[in-house]
Formats: sequence, structure tokens, C-alpha cells
Amino acid sequence: MFVPVSWLKQYVDIENIDIKTLEDRLIMSGSNTETVEKLAAGIQKIVVGKCLSRDQHPNADKLLVLKVDVGGEEPLQIVTGAQNVYEGHFIPVALHKSTLADGTVIKKGKLRGEVSQGMFCSLEELGFERKVIQKEYDNGIYLIPGEPTLGEEVVDVLGIKDEVIEFEITPNRPDCLSMIGMARETAATFELDVRMPDLSIQNEVGDVKAFAAIEIEDPDLCPRFAGRVVKDVVIQDSPVWMQMALMKAGMRPVSNIVDITNFVMLEYGQPIHPYDLDTLKGGKLIARRAKNDEILVTLDDQERKLTDDMLVIADGERTVGLAGIMGGAETEITANTKNILIEIANFNKTNIRKTSKDLGLRTEASARFEKGVSPAYCTQVLDRVCHLIEKLGAGTVVGGTIDVYPNQPEEIVIKARPERINGLLGTKLSTEEIMDILKRVYLDVTLEEGLLVCKVPDFRLDLKHEIDLVEEVARIYGYDVIEPTLPQGAEWGAKTNGQIIEDVAKDSLTASGANEIYTYSFVSPRSVDRIGLTEDSHMRRAVMLINPLGEEFSMMRTTLLPNMMEVLARNYKRNVESARAFEIGNIFIPREMPVKNLPIEKKVMALGAYGKEEDFFTVKGMVENLLADLGIQGVSYMREENNPTFHPGRCATLVLGNHILGTMGEVHPRVAAEYEIEDRCYLADIDYNILMQIARMDRYYSALPKYPASTRDIAILVSEKVESAQVMNLVKANGGDILEEVKLFDVYQGKQIQAGFKSMAYALTFRSKERTLTDEEVNKVYDQILEVLKTELKAELR
Amino acid sequence: MKDQLMQILGEAKEAMTKAENLQGLEQLRIQYLGKKGELTSILKGMGKLSKEERPIIGKVANEVREAIEGGLEELKTALAERELTDRLAKESIDVTMPAKEHKIGNRHPMTKVLDEIKESFIGMGFKIAEGPEVDTVYNNFDALNAPLDHPSRSMSDTFYITDGTDDDLLLRTQTSTVQIRTMKKMTPPIKVISPGRCFRNDELDATHSPMFHQIEGLVIDKNITMADLKGTLDMIAKRLFGSQTQTKFRPHYFPFTEPSAEVDVTCFKCGGSGCRVCKGSGWIEILGCGMVHPNVLAECGIDPEEYSGFAFGMGLDRIAMLKMNIDDIRLFFENDMRFIDQF
Repeated sequence: MFVPVSWLKQYVDIENIDIKTLEDRLIMSGSNTETVEKLAAGIQKIVVGKCLSRDQHPNADKLLVLKVDVGGEEPLQIVTGAQNVYEGHFIPVALHKSTLADGTVIKKGKLRGEVSQGMFCSLEELGFERKVIQKEYDNGIYLIPGEPTLGEEVVDVLGIKDEVIEFEITPNRPDCLSMIGMARETAATFELDVRMPDLSIQNEVGDVKAFAAIEIEDPDLCPRFAGRVVKDVVIQDSPVWMQMALMKAGMRPVSNIVDITNFVMLEYGQPIHPYDLDTLKGGKLIARRAKNDEILVTLDDQERKLTDDMLVIADGERTVGLAGIMGGAETEITANTKNILIEIANFNKTNIRKTSKDLGLRTEASARFEKGVSPAYCTQVLDRVCHLIEKLGAGTVVGGTIDVYPNQPEEIVIKARPERINGLLGTKLSTEEIMDILKRVYLDVTLEEGLLVCKVPDFRLDLKHEIDLVEEVARIYGYDVIEPTLPQGAEWGAKTNGQIIEDVAKDSLTASGANEIYTYSFVSPRSVDRIGLTEDSHMRRAVMLINPLGEEFSMMRTTLLPNMMEVLARNYKRNVESARAFEIGNIFIPREMPVKNLPIEKKVMALGAYGKEEDFFTVKGMVENLLADLGIQGVSYMREENNPTFHPGRCATLVLGNHILGTMGEVHPRVAAEYEIEDRCYLADIDYNILMQIARMDRYYSALPKYPASTRDIAILVSEKVESAQVMNLVKANGGDILEEVKLFDVYQGKQIQAGFKSMAYALTFRSKERTLTDEEVNKVYDQILEVLKTELKAELR
Repeated sequence: MKDQLMQILGEAKEAMTKAENLQGLEQLRIQYLGKKGELTSILKGMGKLSKEERPIIGKVANEVREAIEGGLEELKTALAERELTDRLAKESIDVTMPAKEHKIGNRHPMTKVLDEIKESFIGMGFKIAEGPEVDTVYNNFDALNAPLDHPSRSMSDTFYITDGTDDDLLLRTQTSTVQIRTMKKMTPPIKVISPGRCFRNDELDATHSPMFHQIEGLVIDKNITMADLKGTLDMIAKRLFGSQTQTKFRPHYFPFTEPSAEVDVTCFKCGGSGCRVCKGSGWIEILGCGMVHPNVLAECGIDPEEYSGFAFGMGLDRIAMLKMNIDDIRLFFENDMRFIDQF
């Protein structure tokens, strides 16, 4: 909502309030501003000139040479390409060393050999946007109407100099989408009075009933419909003051009648529609539901197919407009219009919104009606329009008003408790202070047995309950003067166990060198193909969006792996040497197909890595650190050959008891190629949800060793099929209570080793908590371990 | 004998001046004081001395030994000192050479800012609640008092999963859903924040993302006032943006709170004098808040006559961008390692 300050001053006396104070205090009383534009602030030395002569430029076909009187001793010579200036026209002339609205400085010079002592200006050069400039001046020099004094500053003559405040009007305050609405807010803020516009009409001729009739067939969609008639209309340009006001408020001037209706619409916030009365069959307007499949050609020349839940305006024979949205082409006022019927009506906002949405047709009028317009002002607005028509000499007003208003709404009365208001705000206002504040926002307040009985003014559609008045008191009293306090309760703050575990997990992974990533919860359905999932994979059963931004954001993810691969690929493509990353995020699992109920949202974790230093075991190291930090022990790594995302020989499933904790390994070369990664890369897909459940965060001390350890190495030759875990498990199972630790320190295949076999070397540490072990004790256990390895794994000692 | 002793002392002193290192010194010790050393062998002749001479010579012998021992000790200290000095000189390194790298990863910058915010609220007695990303129209709009024809409900604003069932599913557009879930589940007093992902049908550009993050806050108890809301958020702003930070509560409108406010903080880049970050105004808008609407309380089974409360919501992405000088929201979701490494 653009409000020129000069326009606001018509209704409220703010001469002595500077723009900064005006803006700041209106913000604090609830009218937030977007911008404050100072019009014509930079314009200098652009004056009124009169064209004395117009000649062809001797050396250029497209240029003219004009002599212009700017009130000086000698006329100026100006060379221009503009074609719309003729002898006798008054025009804005930018003199030598003048400044245009955009800061451009104009200097005299020569154009193709002819001296040019200045420049003519368009309205754009005077600071207006093209969309608000009257069509005839859209591409040319502005011709100043009337007989202005030569040499005077154009900004003064036209009244351009002004400040325009753009207000952000919240959806609860449609009444503020008007000059009067903002005047009321300004007056309430500064404790001033509002001057309502002049509605007087000097000369009324005849009776409207002889010319027109109005009916409402569907009062549920059209609560009020009023009209007046104006005869002998003269269509011409509106005066400069009105054009300027409209342009500053962001509307394009057209001609007097249209401009008046727009001007009054901006004043009151009430849409107005004038009809060419002579085109209305029977001089009649009827508000009724459309017939199904009825066709209407609207003003924009579009054929609209209607349904019977849309409201139209019809005359005696046919549909002439889409109620509250757009008129029809046939009854529009034109340059030849003689008599007009002015429609001021009120329409059901939900219905207007729906019709507007269904037809994809949104207009200034529909936007206002769907936000809500008070029905109380229809006749005032009619009188104001007629007042201006008479004042501008645009026609003769016919006496009387037709006003069809079948069900006048009852006045809204809210009962409010002063103690409740203070209780919610944390203030100690007296009842009198509260009453004063509510009166400032135009409520009629009386005190009855300690209760404030408040009659709501008819323009405030948003005030319905006590809480609405609490807000009124707060904003007018001032949010800024409410003394801050802290809640009195004794709640203590803390993270839940789950949240603490998440922190531990993130600390562990970052300590392992991984960066945390954030990726979208929605992915492309193709993403599951890209990681090689089979046709019957359960991860293809997904929650889908019905209105995604695009296909690539249409499926709620069922796995984090495609996102992780995309991130690895993006870094790889950007020549980032290596990457280690993790994400903890939700996946979405439908409970049924098609989806009806909330899906299961499950937190999972993905790790990803590539780079020269990375291999299966570095990633396994990250996983093991994580498990250790979460206090999870005894996880085994089972070879996994059938997961299509992973290299069949380099993939493991993590198992702990009955739980599968996840899968990790090298990415299948086919999948890596799909992401255009030419090096080896690695993924782990971890069921974070289970980790969280089995994590043990308590830690206990075990005594530091008092007695020395004995170490033994054992090197065996086994089939290459034997896995390290098998050896390890046997060693541990047979180490008794003196085996402290087993570590694999060498694996060898090659020379000196028979094909199909490998050498594995382990370092065993023995220790007792009670005494120093003897060689005999250690050897006994060692021999036993060796014996078992020989029998169970056919191992040979090397 | 006395002369002999004094001669040995003289020789020893002489030899000591020539000793160059600790090994040489040890040789001298053996030479003079060792079991077969010169002093020892002279002292072996003590038995032949008369009763009268023995204590005199003995005393001299002891003095000589102590002198040699003392000299050797002194020399030893000096030599050790010299050798250490030499070694240290030889071991000098170029301390400007690069460190041996030990790569530590980083939490995502958004997490880092979120962690800071969480800590601040925990310090003020808040707990952290979580809610699902897919939620119902009821939790996201209806229960939050959003009018049925509110534009934010439209398909052009909100991502839907179902359309036309009793309670349609959507991707939550705000973390306020957790307000409803929390109030329905818990009885007051309630004091929680809830960070999480939100979704709106916005094309991705430098300042918009179809997925973004909010932090919701909710306090419900007896006698909670708008003054409490101001005090709480003012303190949080000071924790997050510095103790000099001031807050400005501007009236605003949200369907689920009344009175409602938008909160600006003094620009933490320029301190309020006006700069590029605050577009010259000196203020930066950081959150929306208000007193929980009685309709919302009642809908969640909390008697608005007995309890009152406040709620607030802030955009995490925006706050992280402001705090860390990040000028493009897309950087958060591209996850370039060189970006995350910076934080």
C-alpha cells in the first residue's frame, strides 16, 4: 500500500510531524513500512517552457529543432527526437546543468551541428515508473495542461515533490488498504482527529429510480449492492492534482471517470465499478449466481467459462460482469459514454477468492474483496464519487441512491476485563488508561460493573474477541514501553539422552575427519536407480509429493545414499582432492500405499569418502571409532556380496546380536560411474536409530595393570578363504582369562607362500591381574591356541 | 709423600684444564681417583708412615682428593652444559615449516549456529523437542488458527502429499507444528524449543530454498505475560549477538498468536549505525513471536483462562548467514568440502 504523505494530509493534520517520526511511530503502532521514497528529491532546474516553433533539423531526418520560451530574455533552442511537442505546448524543460530524477545531469551541447540548450522531459525523467504513466505519454514528452507560469520549477507546478510511504499491511487489517484507513491509524498513533472527505453534492437532477434498478438474487454472496446515476458525462483527462495523486499511489491515470473511481477506491478501500448505463438492458443490474457453463467475455477480452457457484452481475437480459472481479467488455465506459451507473457493492470474500482462483483471474478489486471490505460504506463512497464528478465537471449527478442491503449486520460488542488485559501483557494500566487507548482506536467503550463494554467500529472487521482488544491496547500503549521480565517458573533445561548421543556421534565423526553435510529431504525418483537398487527394492516404496518443485524434488527420501553420492560427486567434479562426510537425517517410510497416514520418519546416518588415503579400512576405522564412542561393543562385520550399491567383494554388513546396524563398503564401480566418479569411493549406511537405542554412554574404570605382560607372536599359514575374524575369534575363545589382547600385524601372500594360502601374523599379549605370569603358564595357553587353529582352520605354524 | 700428593693435585688440575668432553673427564677420574688410580696407589703407602705422620698426611690426602673430586665435579657440570648447548644448537629447526596435518572434520555451519542457540536456551531452562517433517494439515494450519482461505495453504505455497482426504498430509511449512504436538502431549508448565526442517514451494535462489530451517519456541505456564516474552527474547538476543544488542518488538500479525510481534535486533555488524548488512537501518529482523492465541491453547486442551504462554519462531538459515557472512543460501546444501572446512 503506497501512501503519498500529501494525500494523507487531506485527512489528518500532520504538518508538524517529520517523516522519520511519522514512519517510526506508525511502525511501533502496527503499520510496518517497506520503503519511504522521496519523490523528485534530486530534480534541479527543470522548468516550465512553451514551444514557440518547431522545425526540421537540417542535418537529421529524425530530429527536430524547437524554440522554447522558458521565461528568460531569449528563447532557448532545443534539439529533440520527441515527436509529440508542437507550437503552443507547455513542456518540462531541463536547463543547462539541470538534474533529472535519476541523477543524470543535462548540459547544453550540439546535436548534428545544431546547438541544443537543454532537454524536454518525460514523466519517467521526472521520476515516475512507466507503469503509472498515462498511455498517451508513455513514450513521449509530458505536455503540461493549463497555462502554467513560464520558468517555474516543474516539480512545484505539478506538485511532484512528496514522500511516499509503502506500508506492509497484514492480512487482518484490510481496512488499512486505504488512505482513510491509514489516516485513522495515523490519528490514533498521534492522538489526532480524522477529517472525512467532502461528500456534498450541490446540484442533483431527477430521480435515480427513473433510470436504473438493482436487485440481489443471492444475498449470501452479495450482502449489499448500491448505485447512483450520473448524466451527461464528459470524458476527458482528470486534473493534474488527481493524476499526480494516483501516480504517486502506483496507479495509471486514464480519464476522469476511471480516475475518480480509482481515487475513491484508494481513499476508502472500496472497489467501484462504473457501467455505461445506456448499454444496460432495462437499466438494470442483478447480482446472481452464474449458470453452469455460461460464457462471459471479460474486459481483458478473455472468454471465461463460469459455474453456478460463481457470482455474476447481469442486466435485464445477459451477464455483464464477474461480480467483484472484472466487468464485461460490452458495458464498459468509453469515450462516447453519456450516462453512467456506478456500482458499489459488497461481496462474500471466500466466494470471490474461490472464483478468482478457479478462473486464474486476479484484479485490484478481487484482491480487495477477498481480503475483506466493510459493507458499511457503500453509500458514502457513492456520494464521494458523485461529489468528485460534480467538482470536476465530469457530469450531472442524478438525485437519490439505490441501496439494496437486505441483512444489515449487527453491531459487534466485545466485553473485556481490564485485569485480563494487564495479566496477559504484564502491565499495570488503570481501567481509565485502557479505556482511553481503546477510544483512540475508535471503539465506543463504557464501563459496566468492572467490565469494558466495547462497541467495534464498522470498519474493523478483525475485532471479534477480548484477545483482539488485548492486542489493540498493547500496540497503542506501545510494545516498547512494556517492561521486560523473565518467566517465574523453575523449569530446568537439558538435552535428552538421544540428543546427547547425537552430539557424541557428531563429535566422533568430526574427530575422524568427516564433515557434516545437509541435503534435501526430497530427491528424484531416479536417485534410487542411480545407486543401483533392484526393481523390487523396498526403498522404491516412497512418499511422493503431489506438487513438487520439479521431478528431481518429488520423492521423500528412503535412503541417504543418493544424496551422499551427489555430494561426493559434486566435490569430485570440483577437483576437491579428498572428501569425508556424514549426514544424520530422516528417511520416510510409507505405512501403506497409497499413502494415507503419516509415514514413519526414521533417523539414519550415511558416511561417504573418497581420496588417495581412503580405503575400505579407513572407513571401517571411522565406523569403529563411532561405535566405540557410543559404547557399542562386539559388532561383527559379515561379508555382503549382494548389495547392488556396493562392490561385491568389498562390502560388509554390521551385525550385533539380532540387530543389523548397517552396511558399509566400497561403492560399486557401476554406481560410481553413474555419478561420474572415476576413483574408488566409499559409503556406509548406518541405522542411526538402532545405534541410539543400544548406545551406552556410562563409562566405568577398570584397574590399571600392576603386573608385567608377556607377549607372543603367532604366524600361521591358512587358506586364503579364511577370514581374519575367524582366527581372531578362535584365539580369543581359547585365550582363557590371561589373554589380554590380540592384534593382527601382518598378512602376506606371494613368494614362499603356496598359491591359495596366506600367512597371517598376530601379536598376543598375556597378563594376569594377580601375579606375574610364568613362561610355562603362557606357553600352555599359546600351545592350546595353536592346536585349535590347526584343527579348526587347518592352519600351519610358519 | 706430601710433596707427591701436591704434585698429583697439580698434575690433575693441569689435566682438567685440557679435558674436552665427559669421556675425557671420566678417564681423569679413573686416572687419579680410581681403584688403581694415582692417588689411591700413593695412599696405599700410608701404612708405612709413622703414627705421627699418618694423620697429617691423611688429612692432606683427603684435601687433595676432595680438591680433585670438586674440580672434576665442577668441570663435569660445565662440560655437560656445553654439550647440551652444542646439541640444542645442532637441533635447531625451521619452525615456520608446515604442521603435520591431522584432519578434523567440521559440523555443518548451520549445526554450529544451532548448537549455540540450543545452549543459550538450555541455559534459560528450555528443553528441546523434535517433530516430524511430514505432518498433517491440522497440525500445520487448522490447529494454528490459520483461516481456511489463507494463501499459505495453497499448492503454490505448500508441498502436499495427499489432497482430498480428511486430514491431508504435507511437508510442514513451519516448526509451529511442534507447538501443537507438544501442547497436546504435555501438561504445562511447558518450556521447549524445536529446531527442524521446513519446506515451502519456493524456487531455489541466493536467498530462497524449498527446504530451510526454523527454530520454534514455546513457553506455557500460569501467569506468562508479554513482558516475559520480551525479557526472554531480549536475553537470547544478547547471548547470540553480543551483550550490547538491543531488541525492538514491532506489532505484527500471525494467526496463531495475539498480540503478535516481529523482533529486530541492532545490527551486529555495525552496532546500529547502519551498514550494508542491515541495509542502512541499523536493525535486522530475526524472528516472529507472540502470545499463544487462546483458540490455539483451547484446541490443544489447555484452558486459556488458567494458562497463558508465548511462542516464537526464527529462521536458522538466515541467522547463520548473517552471523557467518554467508551470502548465498545454496552454499548450505551444496556441501562443498571447502565451504564446510571454513567453519
